Amino acid sequence: MAKILGSITTSHIPLIGKAIARNLRGEPYWKPFFDGFGPVHEWLARVKPDVAVVFYNDHGLNFFLDKLPTFAVGAAPKYGTADEGWGIPALTHFRGDPDLSWHLIEALVAEGFDVATCQEMLVDHGFTIPMALLWPGGGDWPVKVVPVELNTVQHPLPSPARCLKLGRAVGHALESYDEDLKVVIVGTGGLSHQLDGTRAGFINREFDLMCLDKIVGEPEAVARYTILEIVEHAGAQGVELINWIAARGALNGRVAKLHSNYHVPISNTATGLLLLENRG
Amino acid sequence: MGARLREYGIPGTTIFDGAQAQKGHALNRMCYSFNSAENRAEFKRDEEAYMTKFGLGPEQREAIRSRNVLKLIAAGGNIYYLAKFAGIFGLDVQDVGAQQTGMSVEAFKAKLLAAGKG
Repeated sequence: MAKILGSITTSHIPLIGKAIARNLRGEPYWKPFFDGFGPVHEWLARVKPDVAVVFYNDHGLNFFLDKLPTFAVGAAPKYGTADEGWGIPALTHFRGDPDLSWHLIEALVAEGFDVATCQEMLVDHGFTIPMALLWPGGGDWPVKVVPVELNTVQHPLPSPARCLKLGRAVGHALESYDEDLKVVIVGTGGLSHQLDGTRAGFINREFDLMCLDKIVGEPEAVARYTILEIVEHAGAQGVELINWIAARGALNGRVAKLHSNYHVPISNTATGLLLLENRG
Repeated sequence: MGARLREYGIPGTTIFDGAQAQKGHALNRMCYSFNSAENRAEFKRDEEAYMTKFGLGPEQREAIRSRNVLKLIAAGGNIYYLAKFAGIFGLDVQDVGAQQTGMSVEAFKAKLLAAGKG
């Protein structure tokens, strides 16, 4: 049976890709951010996952506003990256696990999550930046991936409560998968930030720290907010918090917080990092 | 007939909803095309012809000409797509944030750093 090892949730700002490409990890601006990943690397080296199920949002690479699903699950044998318009270096493609993807899709639809399915799919910085943070060094990725994409671009967005349930359904589906796989859950984006409007640059430290704390043992307390309340408290793009909520949902039993980091700012964003281990 | 615009009551924030999506579709479609370097070059060669090709309306054309992000948002632009437009000029989200808030880029960055001091 597949085993869920834990979850890692992290911000996914495009500028991080440039910092990695230019090897700026040790610069004063970047060091407090990159140093946060040490314990995550140690944990990954110890637990050695086979697969990463990644909750993220696309920003106009794979999906455009002509056809925009609320939830989409990748079912491709491989996932490429591509130019998003501002020159993040292309990365090695990711290997998929179509059998696992279809198992998830069947289980999700059976539970009432009528997801879009993608046999061909490009993944953008919302997916690639966290992967590059978790497994630095380039070359082939040590895990296969299943992307689970949530709409954070065009309102109405799925409610946080719904995203928590989506995560729980993914967790149950993984636990019923009849193959000995070790799975890590990844959730990307956030924390508070706003790129657009006269409120651009909005950061809410207090709200972020509350979410980082509550999501560990009481995710319902974070998932009870409406989308508009999250926009108000965490900024227009702070709604990427729903990816964190879904990722947390996938850990259905007890969890232990092994590590967290919070650093402001990277670009316009308050960055968060959280490593939870699944204790069953 | 125009899209039915709604006010959500969050200061300084435009919610990109169905009304904005309808209003901005041609503009966002053009910006989506900027994922391709070839298209970015074509836009730079002849902006007016490129806007015509994507069917932008007068408000959108003026907003593009002015490089004014608040006007682009008012014309239905979605920030993730507008970021691709800004990228053509080598502008990142901090430049875009500074422009929208009427601050210098240095002052905008200083404001963000101050937010980090908590």
